Amino acid sequence: MLILECPYCGVKAEETELTPGGEAHLKRAGPGSSDDEFEAYLFMRKNPKGVHFERWRHSHGCGKWFHAARCTATLEVFGTYPAQTTEPPKDIQDRIRAKRPDWEGWA
Amino acid sequence: MGQKYSIFAIARQAMQYHQGWERAWRSPEPKRKYDVIIVGAGGHGLATAYYLGRNFGITNVAVLEKGWLGGGNTGRNTTIIRSNYLQDPSAAIYEKARSLYETMSQDLNYNVMFSPRGLLMLAQTEHEVRGYKRTVHANRLQGVDTEWIGPQRVKELVPIINLEGPRYPVLGALYQARGGTARHDAVAWGYARACSDMGMDIIQQCEVTGIRTEGGRVKGVDTTRGPIDCDKLALVAAGHSSVLAEMAGFRLPIESVALQALVSEPIKPCMDVVVMANTVHGYMSQSDKGEMVIGGGTDGFNNYTQRGSFHHIEETVRALIETFPIISRLKMLRQWGGIVDMTGDRSPILSKTPVEGIFVNCGWGTGGFKAIPGSGWAMAELMARGHSPLTEEFTMFRFREGKFIDESVAAGVAH
Ligand SMILES: Cc1cc2nc3c(=O)[nH]c(=O)nc-3n(C[C@H](O)[C@H](O)[C@H](O)COP(=O)(O)OP(=O)(O)OC[C@H]3O[C@@H](n4cnc5c(N)ncnc54)[C@H](O)[C@@H]3O)c2cc1C
Ligand SMILES: [Zn+2]
Repeated sequence: MLILECPYCGVKAEETELTPGGEAHLKRAGPGSSDDEFEAYLFMRKNPKGVHFERWRHSHGCGKWFHAARCTATLEVFGTYPAQTTEPPKDIQDRIRAKRPDWEGWA
Repeated sequence: MGQKYSIFAIARQAMQYHQGWERAWRSPEPKRKYDVIIVGAGGHGLATAYYLGRNFGITNVAVLEKGWLGGGNTGRNTTIIRSNYLQDPSAAIYEKARSLYETMSQDLNYNVMFSPRGLLMLAQTEHEVRGYKRTVHANRLQGVDTEWIGPQRVKELVPIINLEGPRYPVLGALYQARGGTARHDAVAWGYARACSDMGMDIIQQCEVTGIRTEGGRVKGVDTTRGPIDCDKLALVAAGHSSVLAEMAGFRLPIESVALQALVSEPIKPCMDVVVMANTVHGYMSQSDKGEMVIGGGTDGFNNYTQRGSFHHIEETVRALIETFPIISRLKMLRQWGGIVDMTGDRSPILSKTPVEGIFVNCGWGTGGFKAIPGSGWAMAELMARGHSPLTEEFTMFRFREGKFIDESVAAGVAH
């Protein structure tokens, strides 16, 4: 059972209280983008076996979207953070690096 | 050529206390180089190898498997076989597969226990009624034998069903009389034995850890048992397809998620068809041993652990009990998960890739067991000839062009 702490209301929410929303920090393709860019934006998700950044919604709680850093190979949760950011905060990245020295980094 | 299995062979072996059975396939050391390397000894990888040999005479082939053969989704699925899809390209490849299942035991000289016992997809909402009627019409045009049946006929076929609801009334069903089940392990074992007989090497405990390319062409793979060269490489790794694509330097439109199933204690025969209930994300059949085999929905988040979330099992069982009240006191014996490879349009990918000589067969998601022989047939043709009428629409580049083969509208769960 996956448990994520909602960074807004501080509730340690278990999975049935949450709705998964897929990969985080996607950059939307805009007018003038190429077919390749649209394809990447719409379909080409990162699907790493390891560190993954995702969107979640505290749907049966405060209703807000937040982000989580998780390991898809072990289900370990590195941390959660508010969605109003374009990249994972430094403390989360440091925590991941400490636990996964060979992590190739965010990007 | 290995031993032929028959009733006479059993009788002969009985005389010598069954001491004379040979191993069904060899376990050779990897050679330095093969014409074709296939990564993944699941049903799709093994079937690809089999048809490369049988239909095209290509037998200098190795199938590399990181665990044991059939230990991926092929050995974890609930074995539903049907071909009642909506879109033409799907109907073509799934119906090819279903028809090959009919003669598979004879073709492979291996009993895969194909049981075309009939399959019902229940309509439990007005929308499903409309959707399935549409599928029946589409299937007529495609030459796939399905029919729409009303609630009374459903009750005749499935006496243990509760038609009334109230939550999930049974309004009818999409019925495919030639759908059914087969023994999943046997499909992998039968192909493995036939491939080994043709001189192919099936190498277990051999994980591919890197893919070597040169000037945009494949050179070979690095494995836990050393480097091996090849002219052509097929990635047939289901939930691990993205990991392998990354080794080759490209990305696939795939996400890996857990899908679970469970079986009950064995009971007397009470249901001789397969029943799927897509509204409630559950489906059920009874195995020859008497267990009720139950499958449910996928988790919503990326996962490589072969472990799913418990609440999905609870949801599936809770809903199925309304439709099959008789199962409410059954004890569940086992529950397990597999990592399935989901594409955006819920259709598979059988395709060339940006790297010359590398082919990919993946994206079968929650429903690829039924497709194994058709997929292997088509994939072998694609690899040997460079094109196949069955794979044309399933290219990995269809997403860029917006040419989806949309099966997700037809059924949220598509086993
Ligand atoms: C619970 C569950 C129920 C299902 N029910 C049904 C059903 O009722 N009907 C249906 O049609 N389908 C069903 N499916 C889907 C079906 O099981 C799959 O689509 C199908 O088995 C995929 O076969 P495959 O050969 O592509 O993959 P797999 O059988 O998973 O084989 C891939 C193999 O690749 C190997 N591999 C991965 N990475 C590497 C590497 N780096 N090096 C070497 N080897 C590697 C793996 O170990 C694995 O053995 C179900 C799936 C699950 C999980
Ligand atoms: Zn909250």
